[in-house]
Amino acid sequence: MTLNETKGEGSIQISVEGQVDTVTAPELQQAILTAFQKTKELVLDLQGVGYMSSAGLRALLLGQKTASSKGGKMTVINVQPVVMQVFNMSGFAKVLNIE
Amino acid sequence: MVMKELKLTASDDTLYTVLENIRKLVADTKCSEDDLTSILVSAEEIYVNIAHYAYGGNPGEAVVQMWLTPDKKRCCLTFKDRGMKYNPLEKADPDTTLSGEQRKIGGLGVYMVKNMMDSVSYEYKDGQNIFSMEKDIE
Repeated sequence: MTLNETKGEGSIQISVEGQVDTVTAPELQQAILTAFQKTKELVLDLQGVGYMSSAGLRALLLGQKTASSKGGKMTVINVQPVVMQVFNMSGFAKVLNIE
Repeated sequence: MVMKELKLTASDDTLYTVLENIRKLVADTKCSEDDLTSILVSAEEIYVNIAHYAYGGNPGEAVVQMWLTPDKKRCCLTFKDRGMKYNPLEKADPDTTLSGEQRKIGGLGVYMVKNMMDSVSYEYKDGQNIFSMEKDIE
């Protein structure tokens, strides 16, 4: 998994590429938490993600909770169908701001 | 039927060995990418549960058996460990209707396995936790 962070006006976008699993999710989780130390608005681009286990969901939920506690916003974009299937099954489709 | 058996020290470090062998198993079948992802995610959830909890955080062995039915239309996986007796299927499903604020971190893995695989079963036999799961791949 590779992460590419881009700073915009008042927001940060993290583009994720690869597999979000038990091994890689901690890195994503840390990147999300670090980003929220610098901004209140985070965009996660999942265009390059075709695999997400519950470890990835945990990282996203922690990000969502962090956003809520800071009065900020985390938006997830470009979700691939196979990952959307996981979001729907787990109820995360309603928990996350998906565009 | 040819069964592949892996004997591994259960840990995050050996997860990719399991996943790679599953990919190889279904490589010459008509298994779709979606079905393969479901099988891989399910295998990860069960294997990581063994790695993290079965031996109380200490190193321990996991045996992973994988095979296809003779018509190559069904993928079958069995996970065995000699850690503490634990039936993951007895764990209550998470409430997937809760909001983000209400949701707890974790508890989704086995729920995902139950939804992604066509059949799952557990038994405790000869001092072993034995978790089996199967999915049609055609």
